[in-house]
Amino acid sequence: MVFVGNARGTQAICLVQLEAVQRKENRFMSRQVSNPGGELVRSEAPSELLRELVAHLRQNRTLLREEWVVRITETRLLTAMTKEEIFAEATSVYDSYVEALETEAFEALQAYARNLSERIIPRGVETHEVVGIVLLLRDVLARSLFAKYQTDFKKLNRILDAYEPAANRIANTVAVGFVQERERVIRQQQEAIRELSTPVLQVRERLLILPIIGVIDPQRARQLTEQLLRGIRTNRAKVVVIDITGVAAMDVTVANHLVQTVEASRLLGATVIVTGLSPEIAQTLVTIGVDLGKMNTVGDLQGGIEQAERLLGYKVVTLAETR
Amino acid sequence: MEVPILKQGEVLIATFQAALSDADLEHLRRGLVQQVVKFRSRGVIVDVTAMDVMDSFASRTLREIAHMIRLRGAETVIVGIQPEVAFAMVQLGLTLEDVATALDLEEGLAYLIEKFKNID
Repeated sequence: MVFVGNARGTQAICLVQLEAVQRKENRFMSRQVSNPGGELVRSEAPSELLRELVAHLRQNRTLLREEWVVRITETRLLTAMTKEEIFAEATSVYDSYVEALETEAFEALQAYARNLSERIIPRGVETHEVVGIVLLLRDVLARSLFAKYQTDFKKLNRILDAYEPAANRIANTVAVGFVQERERVIRQQQEAIRELSTPVLQVRERLLILPIIGVIDPQRARQLTEQLLRGIRTNRAKVVVIDITGVAAMDVTVANHLVQTVEASRLLGATVIVTGLSPEIAQTLVTIGVDLGKMNTVGDLQGGIEQAERLLGYKVVTLAETR
Repeated sequence: MEVPILKQGEVLIATFQAALSDADLEHLRRGLVQQVVKFRSRGVIVDVTAMDVMDSFASRTLREIAHMIRLRGAETVIVGIQPEVAFAMVQLGLTLEDVATALDLEEGLAYLIEKFKNID
């Protein structure tokens, strides 16, 4: 019984597949039949249509470009740029656009888009503007195609079939290029901020201070620790003052991290003094139950540095006292 | 790979050359605890600069060495823990409590000499 059932199942699957294949073939046949002017289509392959299209766009370059710039100004895009700049930029974008249509080589366009973005991002040009102008150009060119082939509807259809995918790909490429460039800039800035946010400073031989300002998230905390431990090694520090006056609050994870940093520094032979704990942070540290024997805390940065100097055997004396 | 133990004045110095097996660590412990009395040393420095991984066994052995040597009448200082290793140890809860640590050999020696001065 089971075997029979199985066999029937397989057969059913076979039948379904066979049907699918037949359907496909039928569709193929019917298309051939319903298209008696097949030779005409074959002689006008998409690339050929594109060539015709490109020739048209080259011919009407001045006119179309003009039209496009007018549309850009009308829709109030690229307001950060002057009219002349827009015109110059439009010219080069137009030429690259037509070239990309012709060669279908998008690498050059990609490079151009990146270059363009690099230039205009610092001017405050937004993503919607860049996408907007490319879409405008696409529409302007499509309109001109409508105008040109309005008498021959079939031809227009085929031209648009060739034009639209290419145009969409171009719009896509430019938008992606712009966004990528923006993200690169953002990443770079984040990196710069991160670098700036962890200054490990030597104030005296073998004494480092690490002033921390702002919000500490786990990632920044980890980076602080890394920088500090490396700083202890390179500066051969014996005492480190971590000043957290500028930190309003920290969560339990970060507080734990701070305690771990103190312990890790001790393993490198450095004593850590934490200064400027706000009441909220003190509360957090008490809540997580820090062993206060391990934590050396002083009220403010001045007190911390004074204690550090004592630990290092320095004594600050005014000139009057020495006399 | 055995750890050589060098005598430098009143101090014994054991320098790890590479990552050690558990047996090597036990061997080192035995050697140090024996020699510290044999040479009448007052201090021991264990240099772990070459270790880029410190597991719980190694860390516990280091702590035991320090405690045993204290019972044998000398001071121990662990030197040369790498920053990454230090943080990994802390995260694993291997904090070498009540064991003296120093940045490198030079610092360790300075620490011991200071300590001897205080005792004398």
